[in-house]
Amino acid sequence: MPELSIALAKAAPVLELAGIRKSFNVGADNEIEVLYGIDFCLYPGDFCAVVGPSGSGKSTLLNTVGLLDRPSSGSLRITGLETTQLSDAQRTHLRGHSIGFVFQYHHLLSAFSALENVMMPMYAAQGLMDASMRARAAQLLDSVGMRPWLDAPANRLSGGQQQRVAVARALAMQPALILADEPTGNLDSKSADGVFALLRSVCKEHATAVLFVTHNPQLSARCDRTIEVIDGRLG
Amino acid sequence: MKQSAWLPFEVLVAWRFLREGRIQTLFIVVGIAIGVAVIIFMSALLNGLQANFVNRVLTGQAHIQVLESKERARAQGVGPGALEMANMQIPLQRVKGIDQWQSLVLQLQAMPEVKVVSPAVLGAALVTRSEASRSVSVVGMLPDLYYRIIAVPDKRVQGTSYIGSDSLLIGTELAADLGVVPGDPLRIATVGGTVLTLKLAGIFDLGNKGTNSRNVLMAMRTAQSLFGLAGGASILDLTLHDIYAAESVAQQIQSHTGLQADSWIKTNEQFFTAVRAQTTANTAIRFFVALSVGFGIASVLVVSVVQRSREIGILRAMGVRRAQVMRVFLLQGGLLGLAGALVGALIGALAMVLWQRFMRNADGSIMFAMVMDSALFVQALALASLTGLLSALAPALRAARLDPVVAIRA
Repeated sequence: MPELSIALAKAAPVLELAGIRKSFNVGADNEIEVLYGIDFCLYPGDFCAVVGPSGSGKSTLLNTVGLLDRPSSGSLRITGLETTQLSDAQRTHLRGHSIGFVFQYHHLLSAFSALENVMMPMYAAQGLMDASMRARAAQLLDSVGMRPWLDAPANRLSGGQQQRVAVARALAMQPALILADEPTGNLDSKSADGVFALLRSVCKEHATAVLFVTHNPQLSARCDRTIEVIDGRLG
Repeated sequence: MKQSAWLPFEVLVAWRFLREGRIQTLFIVVGIAIGVAVIIFMSALLNGLQANFVNRVLTGQAHIQVLESKERARAQGVGPGALEMANMQIPLQRVKGIDQWQSLVLQLQAMPEVKVVSPAVLGAALVTRSEASRSVSVVGMLPDLYYRIIAVPDKRVQGTSYIGSDSLLIGTELAADLGVVPGDPLRIATVGGTVLTLKLAGIFDLGNKGTNSRNVLMAMRTAQSLFGLAGGASILDLTLHDIYAAESVAQQIQSHTGLQADSWIKTNEQFFTAVRAQTTANTAIRFFVALSVGFGIASVLVVSVVQRSREIGILRAMGVRRAQVMRVFLLQGGLLGLAGALVGALIGALAMVLWQRFMRNADGSIMFAMVMDSALFVQALALASLTGLLSALAPALRAARLDPVVAIRA
């Protein structure tokens, strides 16, 4: 598809990191540097794997990109907006509207049904519920093959089913970027394949950029791009 | 979520969190309910007890008594620079009429706080029947007015409460001491030497032994003749709309008229001290019960914040604001308080009904009527909800300040 590739190449980047550094204070004068100047960009529809050994800084990178953590220095732009100087409330707003998360341990809200979990980001953003939220959540769950389990309590679903619901929830606000932190790490190989395929199809269908942290070399090999993080630097 | 679609986000999340932690929620609601029930029951008990005391005190007494000021001895002929005598004898107090009492009655009746004004003649006398004699306190009054202050007809045990110019009423104790029944003649003599023979019309029981053995009621005209106070009144008995305003109204009357005005509050000072002590004790108990309820709610919510750290992290990751997280936990506190207060109000009301039903006097009559004041229930609901909200403040702040990265890893 040469036309599509040209179109995507010309589109503005969803994510731009330039010289991102992150260090943590441990004790009074002891500072540990975790990320040493990370630079990369993601474009709409990019499906990018992040690999690296444990403790290399993958999760810190993901938390920084997801606006859960602030970088110590550098520039981080999401959909063209510089985020490093934003207030906490502005970062929360941007996170809610432009970023979707899929975690390793599913992290659904157990007090709510599958449908309610998917509606949650929209519900939180608007404060009150409306019929369109329910319709969109049902459609998203349908698209991830969860139509029969709309009203099932989240904690009664299997691991693979929960991760499908988590993917649907990540898509609820039509984010430009999905951050997936080892989403298949806790699943059997069949479910892992299913979730991977689902994220990949979401990425292509919705032109959403996906940053996919994984330890699985077979899965990373199937991604469009692979970023390797070694000791806080890109390999 | 269909049935709760109208709920704001924070309310629904708070409700679901509480519903999910069933046992924890149930225990704290029961704890709050017991606290609220204790507050409601104790307050109603004390209010009932006090109302009962007040009722008993005021059964045989006016709210305010207005009378001429006591006579004072004044040194005569002592000019400027002269020495006053160090010792002066206090004059004997005699039955004295109130000057212009008819116009004073009109003035007092015009006061908005005043309900009834009843003029009377008070004096001491000796009642004799054959060999027996007793010193008594004579009340000469106008029955139409006086009976509106002291409901003598309701307290009548024998004879009639109707008083003519030649009849009188006495209490049960005095009747027993003298061995008389209605219809018997009684001889009344004053220290001034006036003697009247009157017919006993009826016997009353005002529920107070002293009053029953001492008070003699007769028509005002009869008492005027007895004490040589033609057309006069020595005292004005007043009842008010608000019995607790008695002291301030009495002071007002005293300053405006220069007469002596004694309120029932002043004449029953010991009783009032006891009432105040009870009220203070009740307030202290309420405070400590509310405090323990508050700490109970806070401890449950602190545990809940720890248990739900990961969920708080997820909510924050999906764009939920700190203020929204805070409201979720504040609402949980408020809902726990409200639910506990509702259950507590029911338990309190049930306890009151059971008390009224089973706590009886030896003769089967109710010990005293408890005051089931709806304001008390509303206050308890508001207090418990507020306590819930305040107790949730620290846990809610803690939840709102959670670092989402740390919370998600929890």
